[in-house]
Amino acid sequence: MMTKAKRKRLIYNLITFGLVIAAYLILQNMIDAKAISRSLKGLLVPICAWIVMAVSLNLVIGFSGELSLGHAGFMSIGAYTGAIVSGWFLSAFDMQDPTLRLILAILISGVVAGIFGALIGIPVLRLRGDYLAIVTLAFGEIIRNLVNVLYVGTTDGKLYFSFLNKNLPEGVTMLVDGAKGAVKIKPISTFTIGFALIILTLIIVLNLVNSRAGRAIQATRDNRIAAESMGVSVTKYKMMAFVTAATLAGMAGALYGLNSSTVVPTQFTFNQSINVLVFVVLGGLGNVLGSVISATFLTVLPEILREFADYRMLVYAVVLILVMIFTNNPLIRSMMNRLFGPVRTLLRGKQKKAPGGDAE
Amino acid sequence: MIFLDHLINGLSLGSIYAIIALGYTMVYGIAKMLNFAHGDVIMVGAYIAFCGLQYWGLPPVVAFLVAMVFCTLLGVTIEGLAYRPLRQATSLAVLITAIGMSYLLQNIALMIWGANPKAFPTTFINDTSLHLGQLNISSATLITIMANVVIMVTLTLFTSRTKLGKAMRCVSEDRGAAELMGINVNRTISLTFAIGSALAAIAGVLLCSSYPILQPTTGSMPGIKAFTAAVFGGIGSIPGAMLGGVLLGVIEIFGKAYISTELGDAIVFAVLIVVLLVKPAGLLGKPMREKV
Repeated sequence: MMTKAKRKRLIYNLITFGLVIAAYLILQNMIDAKAISRSLKGLLVPICAWIVMAVSLNLVIGFSGELSLGHAGFMSIGAYTGAIVSGWFLSAFDMQDPTLRLILAILISGVVAGIFGALIGIPVLRLRGDYLAIVTLAFGEIIRNLVNVLYVGTTDGKLYFSFLNKNLPEGVTMLVDGAKGAVKIKPISTFTIGFALIILTLIIVLNLVNSRAGRAIQATRDNRIAAESMGVSVTKYKMMAFVTAATLAGMAGALYGLNSSTVVPTQFTFNQSINVLVFVVLGGLGNVLGSVISATFLTVLPEILREFADYRMLVYAVVLILVMIFTNNPLIRSMMNRLFGPVRTLLRGKQKKAPGGDAE
Repeated sequence: MIFLDHLINGLSLGSIYAIIALGYTMVYGIAKMLNFAHGDVIMVGAYIAFCGLQYWGLPPVVAFLVAMVFCTLLGVTIEGLAYRPLRQATSLAVLITAIGMSYLLQNIALMIWGANPKAFPTTFINDTSLHLGQLNISSATLITIMANVVIMVTLTLFTSRTKLGKAMRCVSEDRGAAELMGINVNRTISLTFAIGSALAAIAGVLLCSSYPILQPTTGSMPGIKAFTAAVFGGIGSIPGAMLGGVLLGVIEIFGKAYISTELGDAIVFAVLIVVLLVKPAGLLGKPMREKV
């Protein structure tokens, strides 16, 4: 017999997967029927990447309760690794199949970003709260600084790395050219692979969250001391969430990077990390479906509303402040409950299967 | 000689960091929150001083005072509107709000003054320099370093001798007990924000006198680095903020000069990480025990 909580979770997961799959099928049909505008079609892969970014950041912020401000750093590691791997496989092994190259690039980028996540997590996760936030920010900046002086070239199936100065052998094909970024990428990302990556992310995150480890992660968020005294290793579980999120961000980065012909370090500044933070906050901390919806909505909105694009960051700033005050101030919360409480109970009573007003 | 030049540049930059770090460290010590928007208050202060000089034709000293008053009001307003409703909330919520506030200030500045960098008038501090042998020390550098020392001494005296300063220390130590002793906690926190923001205005003018490029993002990087400095020196400690700021400025200038220009920021942040790993309480901070 399923408990009520379990059933609720199952329904929530089914709705999440169902919505994503339905959206994919509809969009794929529209592409086949050529019923989709060029600009929207160009947005599909970035939307997939941002969804993966938002869901993975939500794992860190919403479930383990730590604010990571360097998420774009992992994305840039992924984008650069993806570009290098893809270019190298093409020249060294003459791997012409773009799909295979893309999948390999995404997987390797995930592993590399995960390794960086672990390296960064070991020192960072000993810290707490504001310190952790500022150190992840610092790491994001360090990564951006480092890729700015990174030079990678390939020739005869060998990869050459150089740091600070362009000290590469003659006749190499440049893959990464310092401040110019990763150059001459063959755009190979496809919407289908992006969709597959979203599904993979959802499977990983939703399974992790609903597992024993996931409950431990949330316990460390809700009360660190109580969790620790119950024998939950705080560092281990925070690390688990952090490294998983870094891996997924790296994969999203590879998908995003291989969608265009160049990747420059300035694409992954602190602003990008804040962008993803806004997706997560607006979608709801700890709400995976919310992240998916808000990432989609906020990526499309600036494209269709040019006027909005100018004021995007201003609106985002106001959104961050208002959402936080409205969800955290006891006075406003009780007022909201009094206003919307009756409506909510009415909805709950009528359709028993809907999982409340959790999503947007 | 070049070494001494770098050292003096480092001291000057470090003094600016120290003044910004004082604002961070006081707010962090008393309100227990990282005021992410502090760096952007610096930027606003610099813009107001710029407008005072360039558009309103005020004499430098008056423009400077106007900037200070404006920033003080701004700081108190920010605290009252955005942070006070979240007094009981988790630190995650407060930090996200502070980040939102930082972006709000940057984007409002972007709307008012535009994205094009403005050249900050060098007439603010008369451009004469002191010659000591082969050394050239600009007056901006001298004033920055002196201002830093004066501010630190004043603040130390204020917090240790005056009644308001003692109230601030009480709130920092135990907010509940302070309230029971009849200290108005909200007013004390407002006062802290007022002092921190006034310091931010001073830092803004000094920063732009030495590095005269003014744009909406001017304050964010120095702000983050100054927070690093505050952590380096031990957060909550006034002499610590000064020591951390000066050391960080010297490290940054030396790193840029002798290691790599591109990696200057990376070096500063690497210092932060090493400090937090080796001595999380900072150089002059007291290790905090956790109460269960």
